[in-house]
Amino acid sequence: MSFSSKTIWKEFSHSKIGIVGIAILVILFSMSIVAFVTIPLDSFKTWNDPASWLLYPKSAQPAWVNYFQSEKIPEHLILSPVMSSQQVDSVSVLTNSFLVNYQYDGFPSDFIYQYTAKYSGSPLLQLSVTRPDGIVLQLVSTSLPFAKDATTYSSMIFSTQDIIAKNILDKKTKYAFSLDGMSSEKIIFSKLDENVILKGPYVFQVRLYDVSEKPVLSKSNLILGGKVYGIMGTDELRRDLSVGLLWGTPLALFIGITVSIGSVVFGLIYGVYAGYKGRVTDEVLMRFNDIIYAMPALPLLIILAVTIGNSIFLMVGFLVIFGWVGIAKVSRSMALQIKTLQYVEASKLMGQKDYKIIFKHILPQLLPYAFASIAISVPGAITTEAGLSFLGLGDPTFPTWGQILHDASSYSAAARGMWWWILPPGIMIAVTGLAFVFMGQAMDGIINPKLRR
Amino acid sequence: MGFKKFLAKRAITMFGVLMATLLVTIILVGSNMDSISKQSAALEIRQQVTNNKNLLSSFKTSEQLDSYIENQVKQRITALGLDQPWYSPQRIGLSMYKILTLDFGHAKFLTSDSGSSDVKDIILEKLPRTILLFTTATAIVSVLGIFLGTVAASKVNSKIDKITSGLAIISSSFPVWWIGVLMIFVFAFLYPIFPARATPDVSISDPGYLGSLLYHMALPLITLVIIGFGSWAYLVRNFLVGVLQEDFIMAKRAAGIDEKRILYSHALKNAAPPIVTILALSLSGSLGGAIITEAVFDWPGMGRLYFEAISVLDLPVIIGATYVLTAFFLVSVFVADVLYGYFDPRVRRE
Repeated sequence: MSFSSKTIWKEFSHSKIGIVGIAILVILFSMSIVAFVTIPLDSFKTWNDPASWLLYPKSAQPAWVNYFQSEKIPEHLILSPVMSSQQVDSVSVLTNSFLVNYQYDGFPSDFIYQYTAKYSGSPLLQLSVTRPDGIVLQLVSTSLPFAKDATTYSSMIFSTQDIIAKNILDKKTKYAFSLDGMSSEKIIFSKLDENVILKGPYVFQVRLYDVSEKPVLSKSNLILGGKVYGIMGTDELRRDLSVGLLWGTPLALFIGITVSIGSVVFGLIYGVYAGYKGRVTDEVLMRFNDIIYAMPALPLLIILAVTIGNSIFLMVGFLVIFGWVGIAKVSRSMALQIKTLQYVEASKLMGQKDYKIIFKHILPQLLPYAFASIAISVPGAITTEAGLSFLGLGDPTFPTWGQILHDASSYSAAARGMWWWILPPGIMIAVTGLAFVFMGQAMDGIINPKLRR
Repeated sequence: MGFKKFLAKRAITMFGVLMATLLVTIILVGSNMDSISKQSAALEIRQQVTNNKNLLSSFKTSEQLDSYIENQVKQRITALGLDQPWYSPQRIGLSMYKILTLDFGHAKFLTSDSGSSDVKDIILEKLPRTILLFTTATAIVSVLGIFLGTVAASKVNSKIDKITSGLAIISSSFPVWWIGVLMIFVFAFLYPIFPARATPDVSISDPGYLGSLLYHMALPLITLVIIGFGSWAYLVRNFLVGVLQEDFIMAKRAAGIDEKRILYSHALKNAAPPIVTILALSLSGSLGGAIITEAVFDWPGMGRLYFEAISVLDLPVIIGATYVLTAFFLVSVFVADVLYGYFDPRVRRE
């Protein structure tokens, strides 16, 4: 029963599922790195803040569903501008244009222009749209509130504002049908002869005129409301699920790996110490082990989470409390075998200290088993944490996969057919679990060659 | 060590575990429990006084009434022993004694279907339903698992062996409750075959109650079976593969005994001890897992009761349910131990 790390790796690399497991794990780790790099840490705080998701659509399907159907559902677009500025005599003009090639089979649900302007005086803001057929519709022409000194002003223009409807009515003679009571986006994106969607490139233009000084638009976004969004869609609270799912990856890996390493290290030392010492120490330690072993874990975990607290770090600690017992049992019986080996007895006779024998002669023998146990106990930790979060007992500040599923079930996503809210988090949990199970299986096959035949 | 001594030792350990779990639970919820019982004592006194018209009219001012009530509350609290801090040995001892004798007190919010707020009544009403669902599931899973595992073990590395192992690995990585949500999504909403809520919608006295119960049980049962039988088959297969390499099997083969007979009567019999142990353990394990599963399917058993009690922090129910769940868990662990000791005498000698 002795292994060198080289032979283990050689055996491991021959195992197909072991390699698959490592490959999945590498993908998950790179997803975590992507999460850390692309999404700033601050967005943790914004996950539960409804104000930061205002621009996103409510319960939108992922955008790629359009590939599978002939009727293209309008996508929710958050457009960034192309900026240019020019000076005409004493008037400086800042132009932001938004180009959208509209190829969907439905009208957008609405549009919002959101901006933050820095100016002094009272600049004039104009919003217009150039349709694919060349018709230009003036939508809004408004002056920003007067300010003597340099000031910053944030506001939004909504498609539902009366002024837009009124301005469009100037061009009503071009349309062959009555525009009464129609919402403005249905007129803007409509063909002239009948009220169906006109596909093609639309250019929305925002112009800011000022005489005194050059105005600046520090924030300028045009949002076209739609029913599909992004890679993963959004939930009932308008949150972009791809952000939650991406952030869930490092969290799940953190929980799973910390819990399993903590349990295995503690269990290993506990079991080996009990087995090596023997007699009364062994008896007392193993009775205690029996007690924890026979406790029902989930009810106690729930009580601990409710009474002590549910921060993610406490949760890791609670899971370790119930995770180490099985490992302690096995490593004790392994230690019982190893301590009778001659070289251990010899070093004992030579007066080696107990802890040196344990750490130098016994524990290294158990390392392959320890690695296999770490891999095998990761999925359990992840699913248990996900289960607790699903019951609403998890740390609500972090978007773990269980937390997302909890939100899904409290907004009855299943009843409303919101598959994109239910499927991905569960699949992520399972795939992460599978990676570790695969690796554990491969290592198990090396340690217990009997099973392979 | 004789079998009796082995039994006695295991029984004592189990009782110790029960006490330890109870103690941990009481310590964890103790301070909350304390304020709740004080509040309910005060409420009771106030109600008694306001219901007693003669007593009420004998007070001239409201201050007098208040001081009288305060006095009474103090007396009651002393009489109940609540004046001592909740962590005093007497009080912990008393509450443990009460729980041991199944006196769980009254629930704060939750009631049984028949309207009783006695925790014992509530638990007695919910427990049979949990046992019905999970025992049925475990029975189906184990029969399917033993059969499939035996077939896989007889043809190691065959297609069916690989499928069994694959199924076991994949099904063990999915959380049961997630599969539950998915099953509800597909079979209750996409194709409305089964009801989404597993709570039967007719009253117990109705003759169609049993039918309705079984119909509502179908979806959770199917989910539990789908998730469970793969890993069962895999375990049985591994035990059998181990046994099939033993010398006595070789001897049987050499003697020309039919391969099927070796497998089903000789090998399976020798793999029985671990299989029986796992059967008992998985029964008790499923009771713990019932909390999430029942919450997902809305199955009106112990698990959902526990979940509801947690969400409104109904402490008497939490303590009672924890006690009953732990007791059931321990009984099945004990049964597993006994069966193992019975089947495999080597264990007793350890």
